[in-house]
Amino acid sequence: MGEYVFILILIGLGFGFAAVNVLLSRFLGPRKPTPEKEAPYECGMPAVGDARERISVKFYLVAMIFLLFDIEIAFLYPWAMAFRELGMTGFIQVVTFFALLVGGYIYVWRKGAFDWSGERPRA
Amino acid sequence: MDSPDVLDALRHAVPGGRVEPAPATDMPTLYVDRDDLIRVCTVLKADPGLQFSFLADVTAADYYPSQPRFEVVYHLASLGAAFTQPGHPAAPARRLRIKVRVPGDDAHLATASGVWPTAAWPEREVFDLFGIAFDDHPDLRRILMPEDWEGYPLRKDYPVQVRQDTQIASPVQLSPEEFAANIREQRERARDAAQRGAAAGHAGGHGRE
Amino acid sequence: MAELEIPVLTTTVEKMVQWARRSAIWPVTFGLACCAIEMMAMSCGRYDIARFGAEVFRGSPRQSDLMIIAGRLSRKMAPVLRRIYDQMPEPKWVISMGACASCGGVFDNYAIVQGVDQVVPIDVFVPGCPPRPESLIFGIVQLQRKIDQQRMSA
Repeated sequence: MGEYVFILILIGLGFGFAAVNVLLSRFLGPRKPTPEKEAPYECGMPAVGDARERISVKFYLVAMIFLLFDIEIAFLYPWAMAFRELGMTGFIQVVTFFALLVGGYIYVWRKGAFDWSGERPRA
Repeated sequence: MDSPDVLDALRHAVPGGRVEPAPATDMPTLYVDRDDLIRVCTVLKADPGLQFSFLADVTAADYYPSQPRFEVVYHLASLGAAFTQPGHPAAPARRLRIKVRVPGDDAHLATASGVWPTAAWPEREVFDLFGIAFDDHPDLRRILMPEDWEGYPLRKDYPVQVRQDTQIASPVQLSPEEFAANIREQRERARDAAQRGAAAGHAGGHGRE
Repeated sequence: MAELEIPVLTTTVEKMVQWARRSAIWPVTFGLACCAIEMMAMSCGRYDIARFGAEVFRGSPRQSDLMIIAGRLSRKMAPVLRRIYDQMPEPKWVISMGACASCGGVFDNYAIVQGVDQVVPIDVFVPGCPPRPESLIFGIVQLQRKIDQQRMSA
């Protein structure tokens, strides 16, 4: 237990440093808000419109699928560490796990989620 | 310097058009009549032996008080083997200058942006600084001076020193409709100025004191 | 004793703030014309303003302290300059670099603003056409001396 006090000191120093800087700026820094100062930065030109636009859903799909398969890989690491103790039973269990996820991968693939060009997915 | 084949091709393709060589030391130069300009430009670009596909610049010169007052100058280049029309052999790479005399009291000219789309902005610059309007221009409005400027600075009767308060106000936020309305207003202003310039007898643009 | 300590503390805090402000003046990129080349030369290896604290040129005015107006300001650009100056947070300073920014320079005509101080308040004028990088460094050092005399407005 005694070894963890150093981590606590580190966390305290980190928080303290950030807090001191923010508080110093708040108390020692000038504060003069004006409408022009808070306007969106458009290289000195007046901003046109509100910059909200629709973004293609393909980015979301790729991010979600990446997350899923990254977690799957993360599960393989502890199995690899305990490979010898788990033996053949463990191996078959991991292969089943992997095969289920490969099935899902093939489904996603055929549905067109990896199609970056954005054609309509086949049913 | 002269380019006899360019002159021959033009005289052949634009019969009745007035095209004369002009004295110049650096590249072949031709005077073209105002009414023949577009036909000449089309031939210069499309003719397989000429292939002047690159418009380098459009500019103007003010010869006040001589008449005709302005000369609009087009600098063209044929890029030779670097850029040929498909299906044709390469034309020789060379340069050409076209000059069009424009009177001061009727300062307008047909736009070359139908032939070379890049003519649009240099013609805006000529309008902004000389007041020469271009008919059927896709977007005629000022390009270098502030949008509400009055006067055409590069004319010879425009003062060099202008003492005027500097405008530093600009809107913080514009909606897309306001932005489009601004541009439409600038085009209206340019159209009115062009009509005034064409209708009025005297050259406009008195500048600011 | 307390009455004697407080002014000392305030002065020390003020000195500390002044030291912090003048040791890390980060400029915003506002090179307009030829003076910008000398400004770039000043920021590169041979003359190096990083050793005076101007470590990086910030692209955004929101992250900068100093605006070096390097070059001729045209009438069409004046609102843009004012807007970028307005978007810099306090404390901010402005150096007018070169003859064109200071007084219109050789261009006394319809297009150029005759002196950028018609648009923004200036702290240091640096003459030259263009000023040598050492001149501009001297201007920045003068600005640092000016900051040392500024009271902290908290």
